[in-house]
Amino acid sequence: MNPGVATVYRWELRKLRYQKRTYLGLGLAVIVPIIFVAAVSFRNHGPHDVAFGDYVDRSGLAVPLVILLFGAIWMFPLIAALVAGDIVASEDHNGTLKTILTRSLDRGQIFTGKALAAATYAIVAIVLKSGFNPLQSLSGTIVSAPKGLELVFVSLLVYLIPILAIVCIGLLLSTITHNSAAAVVGTLMFSLIIQLIAILPGLGGAQPYLLSTQFNAWQGLLRTPTDWDPIIRAAWVCALYGLPALGAAYLVFLRRDVAGG
Amino acid sequence: MAADPPIEVRGLVKTYGQIVAVDHVDLTVDAGDVYGYLGPNGAGKTTSLRMMLGLIRPTAGHVRLFGRDPLLGVAALEGVAGFVEAPQFYPYMSGRRNLELLAAYDGHGAGGRVDEALATVELSGRAGDRVGGYSHGMRQRLGIAGALLRAPKLLLLDEPATGLDPAGMRDMRVLIRRLADEGMTVLLSSHLLPEVEELCNRVAIVRSGKIVYEGAIAELKRGAGAVYRLSSTDDERALSVCRAQRGLGEVRVEHGYICFTADAAAAAELSQALVEAGALITMLSPETVTLEDLFFSLTEGDGRTSGSVGGSSDGAMPTAMSS
Repeated sequence: MNPGVATVYRWELRKLRYQKRTYLGLGLAVIVPIIFVAAVSFRNHGPHDVAFGDYVDRSGLAVPLVILLFGAIWMFPLIAALVAGDIVASEDHNGTLKTILTRSLDRGQIFTGKALAAATYAIVAIVLKSGFNPLQSLSGTIVSAPKGLELVFVSLLVYLIPILAIVCIGLLLSTITHNSAAAVVGTLMFSLIIQLIAILPGLGGAQPYLLSTQFNAWQGLLRTPTDWDPIIRAAWVCALYGLPALGAAYLVFLRRDVAGG
Repeated sequence: MAADPPIEVRGLVKTYGQIVAVDHVDLTVDAGDVYGYLGPNGAGKTTSLRMMLGLIRPTAGHVRLFGRDPLLGVAALEGVAGFVEAPQFYPYMSGRRNLELLAAYDGHGAGGRVDEALATVELSGRAGDRVGGYSHGMRQRLGIAGALLRAPKLLLLDEPATGLDPAGMRDMRVLIRRLADEGMTVLLSSHLLPEVEELCNRVAIVRSGKIVYEGAIAELKRGAGAVYRLSSTDDERALSVCRAQRGLGEVRVEHGYICFTADAAAAAELSQALVEAGALITMLSPETVTLEDLFFSLTEGDGRTSGSVGGSSDGAMPTAMSS
């Protein structure tokens, strides 16, 4: 069989399975909700200052939604950055990039396989964190409501849009910095700075177009009737952030000198 | 029409800002060659190899592998394998798993060659261990195994024996010799002269990014001419005889000996002239020019292939000749 993008994708996932950092991110994704749920159980009431906070102690299905709110600030960007920021830079640093670039796969195929693997990781982390965990941790509460599950699922899909934009930015930093730590921290910093801009006074007009705002787009799904405007805006605003970064990363990867290692 | 040579490099230049790492390199490696790319550290060997494998873009000039341009895609690397600097692998996976990954990236049945490649480099017994625990020598061998998966016609190896212990170096030479005997064309960069002299039929000697000699080792040695050392019962008279004698070049005194270049016939005539002049020969010895002499002459001297070589041939044993 001749190799292609699927070959790279498969092996990138296999490599992720061998690396500790993979489990660090996924472990974080699983453990944080457990801690959250435990904290709520001790307090006997949910956090009242966020949307759905009041419902947490009434329905397990509210947990993933509240965690989506908290996670937007640093945790999901961190989890996404852990792999996206590392996936090219670590190969640069370890000198394995030259090893795989002198085989029978074009640079474009290798980059595409890596980008797909990084996106897959972010998706798995989010599903693990928000979809799977409450069923496990709050068994006995209301989990069977089909409408509720559907809502959580669709919310996750919408939430993935800005996460994938972060993955693209992570890939760009990973490609241009050649340094895994710089790329991971840089991606997280980018995400945090965007959050800070959002709370600066006088930037109210820019708010709908900041990446951080798009993390709240899924809330439109919870309105009756469903408010699609923020979701549609999230799609194109995130595309404006993510696609140029992805395109730049791709072009840099295609043309850059591989001189390290 | 003749087939395209395995490697053809023309006018290759790579600059980094003001630094010229590779300076108008031309070389041709023909099918069946074991070609030594020889130069001191920092001479631009690795940079040249990276350009040959398409890892970095030349500032000017071009590389052709079997007539194909490696910049246009990996199709140019078909039948080509090798590594630059130390071969690198994923330390958290086993040697076998690393090779399986490379074989998957190679396609074309490479997966079926993993066991054979491991056996060739004698790593079958350790194939299940994580590469993170491998010694430098084992990684070098795994690098060769990775290259063999591609069933290459052309093998590019960057300093394959560097960092190995003497037994490892010997094993590496035996392996490369065997691969060459099986018909593989090999380009071998090295700063280890005995390695190149033992393995290679042709060399390019590179100095500060420039090729100062390219051709057969035998021709290089021939071009350098033989150097003789002479001592006699009357060195002053002998020196003036030497200076007057036809067929002798570069007559000088070094470390108490008269040194000159000459062919065998001129040396024989000289011995007669010295006897006639009353300066009896106590020693007249031809110095064997080693690649090392030529190398230092070319990379540290004035860059000419003949003339100043020979004086430092410490490795050669002079044969005493008395009258």
